[in-house]
Amino acid sequence: MPLVNGGKIVDDSFVKLAVDTPLPESGGILVPAERFIGEADALLKRAGKVGVIWPNNRDIDELVPYLGKIAAVALVFPTFRDGRAYSQARLLRERYNYRGELRATGQVLRDQFVFMLRAGFDSFEVKKQADAEAFMQTAKRYSVFYQPTGDGRITALHRRMQLRHSEGVGT
Amino acid sequence: MYAYDEIDRTLVNERVSEFRDQVKRRLSGELTEDEFKLLRLQNGVYLQLHAYMFRVAIPYGTLATSQLRALAHVARKYDRGYGHFTTRQNIQFNWIKLAELPDALADLAKVGIHAMQTSGNNMRNVTSDQWAGVAPGEIEDPRIWSELIRQHTTLHPEFSFLPRKFKIAITASDHDRAAIKIHDIGLRLVRNEKNETGFEVLVGGGLGRTPFIAKTIKHFVHGRDILSYIEAILRVYNQYGRRDNIYKARIKILVHELGIEKFSREVEEEWQHIRNSSLQIDDEVIEDIRSRFTYPAYEKLPHMPDELRQAAADPEFEAWRKSSVAPHKVQGYSIVTISLKPIGKPPGDATAEQMDALADLADKYSFGEIRVGHEQNLALPHVAKRDLPALWKALDKLGLATPNVNLITDIIACPGLDYCSLANARSIPIAQELSRRFANHELANLIGRLHINISGCINACGHHHVGHIGILGVEKNGEEVYQITIGGRADENAALGTLIGPGVKFDEVADVIEDVVEAYLALRERPDELFMDTVKRLGVEPFKERVYATR
Repeated sequence: MPLVNGGKIVDDSFVKLAVDTPLPESGGILVPAERFIGEADALLKRAGKVGVIWPNNRDIDELVPYLGKIAAVALVFPTFRDGRAYSQARLLRERYNYRGELRATGQVLRDQFVFMLRAGFDSFEVKKQADAEAFMQTAKRYSVFYQPTGDGRITALHRRMQLRHSEGVGT
Repeated sequence: MYAYDEIDRTLVNERVSEFRDQVKRRLSGELTEDEFKLLRLQNGVYLQLHAYMFRVAIPYGTLATSQLRALAHVARKYDRGYGHFTTRQNIQFNWIKLAELPDALADLAKVGIHAMQTSGNNMRNVTSDQWAGVAPGEIEDPRIWSELIRQHTTLHPEFSFLPRKFKIAITASDHDRAAIKIHDIGLRLVRNEKNETGFEVLVGGGLGRTPFIAKTIKHFVHGRDILSYIEAILRVYNQYGRRDNIYKARIKILVHELGIEKFSREVEEEWQHIRNSSLQIDDEVIEDIRSRFTYPAYEKLPHMPDELRQAAADPEFEAWRKSSVAPHKVQGYSIVTISLKPIGKPPGDATAEQMDALADLADKYSFGEIRVGHEQNLALPHVAKRDLPALWKALDKLGLATPNVNLITDIIACPGLDYCSLANARSIPIAQELSRRFANHELANLIGRLHINISGCINACGHHHVGHIGILGVEKNGEEVYQITIGGRADENAALGTLIGPGVKFDEVADVIEDVVEAYLALRERPDELFMDTVKRLGVEPFKERVYATR
């Protein structure tokens, strides 16, 4: 499954661990939430980046104490119809100021990219190769956004205010 | 009228391009039907029994004549020459070809119309009072706020994949014409003691399999906080609404299961985090939206012009005026409801020719503006009283002057089994038969205000639970069976109807309704005691006796 990060298809620097996989010596690891919470101290002492795979029905508050210490959070879309992880993503970015990698996993398809970018995702495990290749093009589909989110894109309402004021200066 | 600016136009055009690409990928097989289904639903495209159905949004029920003509054009060019106005201020076209949909959307985009979020599990078309801005005694024009919320809910990055559909309705009048109590969020514009504008917020209303009347979650949310408050409700719902069972996924079930107190505490907690964020609306933003609504330059006209006085001698005109003409906030003007319920025809349908002709009449008599109401009728919101006789003659020629607004033949019905793949039973033929039975205007007038609502399945698109008489078609042992309820209503005193007894067969429905109506006429205390008041006073029992005694 291709990984898109920074707008490009890249190699994954993380290895996903199951609940009982032995810890590798080094290298980045993505650990299921349950295991992460249980073994957090040991995992964080280890050399190499640690990320967590957080299910969409588990309260994100539980992860908050660790946000400064982890390198990645992978949120899950069990199907593309299930939008709970969009709320989790915005909470992580906007309420808890999480600045590490925020990865979308599961059924990640082309037509969700814009929503995901706006919710704060910057990394995407894309289901289909063709969708991954079309990432940059798809991300530029929209130039107008009505809602303020943590991605910092200017909203239509504020752009209108700017236009009003700049018009006001000339008169 | 709200005029799109370059920003709104750009977004709609970008949406059309995106959908064109999605259709292309579906037709090439790159997208599976399962993947495409959700994408098309987000653009109002259903797969019905015979063809794709295309549902176009008419936000808060306001149309410019250019927009109505564009709808007529779509009906003519891409469909079979007519459209169907729905109970949520949308219009549906029933015979659209998938490959032509992007072109139809592009044609509509030119006049600022879209089909975004008219179906699917997202925030649907924001609806409002069809008399917004012209009804006497309104707090203020609710369309300003409706438009603000329309923008905010369009392609929302967090709430486009909700557990289930989500509908918001807004009213600013004491008399609720927007049926806010049967919406996921109902908003009632109010002023607080400092005379500031805000909203009473209701939540958890809805019909369908498990109907609920919405409950008040907060008595006053200041206008500047309304987006953050809605966002807080949606965030709680997105995370905790049930996704395991489609019939339990609406917010009404979450509110019911948690209880309104616990649900409101969750919302309150979330809201405190976000109310002082960039979601807060400053007055300037509201003013900017307000400035793009244009209002007619009304003339100073007499309350009772000669034209109207003379026309009063014509009983047919008077019958129409009494049923279709309502007071306007400006002296000398009226609001005219256009009945889309001609006797014996499917409720809510309009032909392309009627739409074009109505656009011409709106240009001539209503400052170029048309409204669409949830009762599946249209309205001309600014008609000078002196023009009423001429307008009536013109409407009558078009078959649009049936004098039955709010009467028993002003029936609300879903498309039912004639079109819909979800339906278990036919709705339109029932509506047609009832319309014929009560075709006599004197009889209908004698009966007075009485709303019949018909749904062809439990999803309740015809809002049968809140009809004064509700008719629900179900399937039983391969046969269509109809359950009759009475005493429902959708206004500020919203209530769910009560079942009068066992279901009846297709052929018996009209007879049963006649019995119910005869019972009412015999039971009412005075000629002006309305059906719903008699039911309220006496309960279901006497009606039940009358209907089932001989069956």
